[in-house]
Amino acid sequence: MIDEYWTFIVIFVAGFLATDVWRWLGVVAGNRLNEESEALYWVRAVATSLVMAVTAKLIVFPNGTLAESPLWLRLGAAGIGFAVFLATGRKVAVGVAVPMALLIAGLWWTGFGDR
Amino acid sequence: MSPDSDDRSALSWFLTGMRGMFSLPALILMTSIVGFSAFALESGLTRAEAVFMSFAIWALPAQVILVGTMASGANIAACFLAVTLSSIRMMPMVASVIPEMRTKRTPTWLLLILSHFVAITAWVFAITTLRNVPREHRAVYFAGFGVTLTTSGTLVVAIFYGIAASFPPLIAGVLFFLTPVYFNASIWASASQPVVKLAFVMGVVLGPLLALVTPEFDVLYAGIGGGTAAYLIDRWRRKKRRGTKAGSR
Repeated sequence: MIDEYWTFIVIFVAGFLATDVWRWLGVVAGNRLNEESEALYWVRAVATSLVMAVTAKLIVFPNGTLAESPLWLRLGAAGIGFAVFLATGRKVAVGVAVPMALLIAGLWWTGFGDR
Repeated sequence: MSPDSDDRSALSWFLTGMRGMFSLPALILMTSIVGFSAFALESGLTRAEAVFMSFAIWALPAQVILVGTMASGANIAACFLAVTLSSIRMMPMVASVIPEMRTKRTPTWLLLILSHFVAITAWVFAITTLRNVPREHRAVYFAGFGVTLTTSGTLVVAIFYGIAASFPPLIAGVLFFLTPVYFNASIWASASQPVVKLAFVMGVVLGPLLALVTPEFDVLYAGIGGGTAAYLIDRWRRKKRRGTKAGSR
């Protein structure tokens, strides 16, 4: 009986509670922050750095099949794409399309799809 | 925010939030969730467990970590520890949008419920678009987007469980690249304050570097260390500017 539901209990306790306790603490902390307060500057900076650390890791240490592609190709596609995005007026569509096109071209050129 | 838009009803703002589903970020997130459903299948989760996990956690990194620790046979306490460490970042993410989302009368229980729908995509949505919505409708507007996004993401797991595993590797790899590339562009484009741009650069540099040094706490250290450094540099810059202004007078 309990065996059947054990995975759901693990997901509830070690997944839902383990994650949402931080979301609830965020609400408690956020409720005390004034919109133009000095502390909110710091909280914004920490949140941005956290998200960007996760993002950069996805490029440098990807999971799955992309892990087999060369690092220089992923860094080059993301870096050149970001430079083009900055130079052309910071349009998000450009910032997504250019790195994707560079990655696809690079994967094709290195024969990634043949494997 | 124009004052004449204030007479729009709460329902209409909820629907406006829902319309955020038809956007590039929502589409990109749905493709990463397709990737997660393939991963869940390969790791031995049933369809019902994968669906429950998606709705109950609603944070892809935490889900991937939980699946990984469960598959390695770790006990529930070890799973809890691994997941909760990766989810600490939720606290500053939620805390940074709450002051913009609430009014003085917004009940805390509502914010506690809405906080469940905050993950990276909804956080970017909030910091980019909340400022264009009249304050008293921001919570309901965010609910329209967040609840729809989480429900759709969960449906994607239910539908694609078992299908995604048959994708060719080239397509799976290219889809994976969409998420970080989108975050790069959208977070930089939404950064109106210099402190956010500094924190962006700090996170990008420190995240992968610290992953080599302390693979378990890398994101946490990069966030707190990089964010604090960005804040201090920005504060010094603001002080100096105020100082030179005062001096020139």
